[in-house]
Amino acid sequence: MAFSGWGRYPTLESRLFEPVSASEIEASLGSSEPWGTPVIARGAGRSYGDSALAETLISTRYLDNFFSLTTSASGHTVLRCASGMSLENVLETIIPQGLFLPVLPGTKAVTIGGAIAADVHGKNHHIDGSFCDHVESIRILLATGEVIDCHRGSNAELFHATCGGMGLTGIILDAAIKLTPLSSLDIAQRSLVAGNLQECMDLMDEHNDAKYSVAWIDCLARGATQGRSVLYLGEHVDEQDAREKSKPGRTGLRAIQRSELNIPFDAPSLLLNKYTMAGFNSAYYALQKNRSAPKRITYDAFFFPLERLRNWNRLYGAKGFLQYQLALPQESAHAGISAILSCASQAGKGSFLSVLKKFGKANSNLLSFPIEGYTLALDFKYEASLFPLLEQLDTLVLDHGGRLYLAKDARMSKECFRQSYGQWERFAELRQKFDPQGHFSSLQSRRLGLG
Amino acid sequence: MNILLIGANSAIATAMARLYALDGHSLFLVGRDLPKLEALRDDLVVRGAEKVALLELDITHTARHPELIERANTNLSSVDLALICHGLLPDQASCERDFVALKASLEVNVISTLSLLVELGNYLETQGGGTLATITSVAGDRGRRSNYVYGASKAMISTFLEGLRGRLHNSGVAVIDIRPGLVDSPMTRDVKKGPLFSSPERVARCIVTGIKKGRPTIYAPGYWRLVMFVVKAIPQKLFKRLSF
Repeated sequence: MAFSGWGRYPTLESRLFEPVSASEIEASLGSSEPWGTPVIARGAGRSYGDSALAETLISTRYLDNFFSLTTSASGHTVLRCASGMSLENVLETIIPQGLFLPVLPGTKAVTIGGAIAADVHGKNHHIDGSFCDHVESIRILLATGEVIDCHRGSNAELFHATCGGMGLTGIILDAAIKLTPLSSLDIAQRSLVAGNLQECMDLMDEHNDAKYSVAWIDCLARGATQGRSVLYLGEHVDEQDAREKSKPGRTGLRAIQRSELNIPFDAPSLLLNKYTMAGFNSAYYALQKNRSAPKRITYDAFFFPLERLRNWNRLYGAKGFLQYQLALPQESAHAGISAILSCASQAGKGSFLSVLKKFGKANSNLLSFPIEGYTLALDFKYEASLFPLLEQLDTLVLDHGGRLYLAKDARMSKECFRQSYGQWERFAELRQKFDPQGHFSSLQSRRLGLG
Repeated sequence: MNILLIGANSAIATAMARLYALDGHSLFLVGRDLPKLEALRDDLVVRGAEKVALLELDITHTARHPELIERANTNLSSVDLALICHGLLPDQASCERDFVALKASLEVNVISTLSLLVELGNYLETQGGGTLATITSVAGDRGRRSNYVYGASKAMISTFLEGLRGRLHNSGVAVIDIRPGLVDSPMTRDVKKGPLFSSPERVARCIVTGIKKGRPTIYAPGYWRLVMFVVKAIPQKLFKRLSF
């Protein structure tokens, strides 16, 4: 069967195995190996490129149970669950109990295992860090068939290689995650309009204490209006009354189930061209400019705006798309992003949705993406002429001391990876130690020279 | 609500139990694999179930069925909803060659289920109310060449349920026949999947809604009612030539 990531490029004929339990995976890995190698774990298949593509895929779909929800002496609530559980299912369970996930990416479809493997970030990275900063411990199955419990105090090097390690250290079986309290389903959202890139970055700095902050950016605007954008700021609404009145462990809150509009088939790839993109971006900007009044929206609308359109990746046509997400350090961010936007718009390649976000401090995971500074994400429809442009962008990213997000990558070169991920050698050494035969390997890891 | 769930480790039963747990109901789980039952119990407690107890039992031990009901009664104090979800998909080819294999599949899919229906029917009748729901299959609607052993077992249960529904009608006991379509679950792991397959979660949502509405026959998902209406209308002359 042919598989691909969320971007639908590239595709690979693979064999998919759906073990029904962790013990089935353990037994198979330890013994005579019915699966063949190389293998890579696959959760929801929501990484964009080839991170979860290999000749043999081990689905974690049946690793979907909760183990425990406990409150420690220090008042922290910790959830332990299996790695195939989706964030949506976690939210459905913890929201009624007045709890929330401390970091949410742009989709709730991803699994816990995927969120750890890509060390995903959310709109609050500048305050709360990335997903793995809230992971207390991970149980991982190594290539030897051995199951290891790793956390910051024990097997720490395996922990820091696994967090953000794109599934290359083994199969994540389950994890313990710290949760945060929640008293309302609503987010108080403010939107601020910025006329150009500098204004937007200044606004982000000025509102650095806002809990959630993310900007939509018109990537096709040129000249004086380059980088014009709408900055969205969000805070949880605090319903103190609700908290006091509710029974312990029961808040009466229910996770939001929004109706979804399905995109039932591939859009003709001509639908998104530079004219429709420019039109869409201008219209969106004009519309938002006049809608800057603060409002209350649900967490679901705030965190997952794209989920309203199920299978939205089909909008880019049958050949799919590539998402190009880069991070640049604070000092070179403005110059770098400006150069990247100019380069893309000169090539006439636009993006439907371009997102700019401020990152807080990096963590100590070996391959985690965030570095202190800014991140920009651009979507490009797949076409052969895209690749030379992306190579030009790679040069700009490297020149400005930046890097690309592995969870979105489908084509970065080995050299680019090595130059931008300073700890790649340490990661390669650990991989050699835990998986000397290169049992776990994806198309991406081979392309990046990790084996 | 107090729920007795038999065959709790099956994919559909587990998905249903999770939905009921979210609403804070109490459950008594019966199944064969104790570690899996314990894992399910922990999972349901995290999801918000009021109370979860369990019993390890090979359901073909019909002599232990009265004990099962007694234990459920002790743990739950009353049973508002009894769900019979256990079953297996026999290998059709082996059953055609070997009557022993066929008979073994009937022990699970027919004999044990009938025993439970007798015991639970009487229990609920004495209790003076409740719902007795059993998972059969759309496969029971027609004897298909590729799957008629499984289909015939499910047809027997469906017919039995129809009669039992009439008998218990005046005691306030609702008898529900749940007919799932093709489900993408561990039971069908080796079956090639097509567009008609649904996830256990989707099937479970349909069933929970159907039970809430008190529907006597639930097709899950609902479009299977239409599909089977058409399949049932195919004349024998043509049907015998079909290979599905």
